[in-house]
Amino acid sequence: MWEHLQIELYKVFKRPRTYLSFAAITALIGVIQLGLLVDGKEYADFVMADFANSFSVDGKILNGYFICYVILQLLLVHVPLLIALIAADMISGEANMGTLRILLTKPQSRTAIVMAKFIASVIYTLLLLIWIAIMGLFLSMLIFGTDDLFLMKSSYVVIVKESDVFWRYAGAFCFAALAMITVAALGFFLSFFAENSIGPIVATMSVIIVCTILSTMNIPLFNLIKPYLFTTHMITWKEFFDFKVNDANEAIIGSIQYPDKIIRSATVLAVHIVLFVGSAVWLFRKKDILS
Amino acid sequence: MKMIVNKNFLILFVALSLSAALHAQDMNALVMKVKAKLEKVKDYTADGRMKTDVAFIKAPIGRVKVFFKSPDKFKLQRDGGISVLPKGGVSINIGSMIMQTGFVAIDAGMSTVGSTPVRVVKLLPDADAGEIILSTLYIDETNLLIRKSVTTTRENGTYEMELQYGKYAAYGLPDKVLFSFNAKDYKLPKGITLEFDDTDKAIKDKMKGKKGRVEINYTAYTINTGLSDAIFK
Repeated sequence: MWEHLQIELYKVFKRPRTYLSFAAITALIGVIQLGLLVDGKEYADFVMADFANSFSVDGKILNGYFICYVILQLLLVHVPLLIALIAADMISGEANMGTLRILLTKPQSRTAIVMAKFIASVIYTLLLLIWIAIMGLFLSMLIFGTDDLFLMKSSYVVIVKESDVFWRYAGAFCFAALAMITVAALGFFLSFFAENSIGPIVATMSVIIVCTILSTMNIPLFNLIKPYLFTTHMITWKEFFDFKVNDANEAIIGSIQYPDKIIRSATVLAVHIVLFVGSAVWLFRKKDILS
Repeated sequence: MKMIVNKNFLILFVALSLSAALHAQDMNALVMKVKAKLEKVKDYTADGRMKTDVAFIKAPIGRVKVFFKSPDKFKLQRDGGISVLPKGGVSINIGSMIMQTGFVAIDAGMSTVGSTPVRVVKLLPDADAGEIILSTLYIDETNLLIRKSVTTTRENGTYEMELQYGKYAAYGLPDKVLFSFNAKDYKLPKGITLEFDDTDKAIKDKMKGKKGRVEINYTAYTINTGLSDAIFK
């Protein structure tokens, strides 16, 4: 399988569209960083308008940690499209080119072939997230410096001590990786149902858009299905940036407000990955390959 | 007969007015004594630890540095990190509690702060334009220390300050200041925060309508070193 994985990785990184994703991420993050570097104060004033009526905030709010949070918030909605570009093409692309049958002539089990393809798309997804971390976190830290992380939530404000932030980003990126692998698994699963790349890519994005809308709309009927939608759990990375306080309202450094929420969401995402990949393997083993 | 009644009433009225005026003078004298004690400190720098206790703000305890220069220059800055302080309240300090301009001191009786008996004195400014419109001081007459103050400002509401003294009591400088204020409820549209999940209702309820507090524990004062004005710019 290792040999087959190498071949799949070669195929992924031979395609120009793979690098298009990295270029898109670079451009998007660059634009956000430039915007906040030039007009960041305006943005901070807008977000803090209500709060600033009663409180004066002293310190470097627009620091690298804050910029990375803004980037993650905006980008993790769009990154699924870039992941779908590769993952949803893994089988359908081969079918489109007519190389799937040739691939199956290799002395490898169908399960091994499917798993090698899926692992290749997971590696691509992880590399994309590492690139986001380099550009969004490390470059922002370099440009904007570091300080405490000041976050405005809808009902309260959180100030995370500078020394307590980095590990939270490590956790958030690990969680984001799990969320993005779920997207990759969905795209990979859907790529079994078409013989061209466009269909599964559009289908993956459509599923994500519809599920995201269902997750965000606060309607009782949708509330019933929300806990089972993977899109509901994709934003749980934010939980890493909320900590517990004791009875005297003193921050407990190194704590997470709802660790159980993170575990629950991670479990739901993992179950989705197993379901999508398991179904893909099962389908591929049963499928009569004609292309 | 009518003349005698009127005369008696006049004497009573004059006596009462004189007594009130003398009492006001006593209170003025007391406030001036406290002021004189505070004026021994021309400037100071203090290190401290600040805790912000506002229901809807989760903030870690941070180190602060406080600068004061007589008569009314005051600056509180966080020693690194981000600090959140109630607007307007930052400038309320011991120096500004006893107004620098003219005031009328009115005796409001005796009370206790903790277990310390205190004289309650209300200070009304002579001028109309100032930011402070009323100060109530709880003065420990024995040690000439302000144990508590309630300050009503024109723009930023009412602030309460409790002061605890230790090593620097001789200078009238507190070891601990507990600053209370009314915190408005806070809400930000979810479209801005991009949060679509609901916060626990119990937590939301806990965050509503609680009084905000800022607690500063001073660890060390450096007094009368001749601070530059540039620090306060």
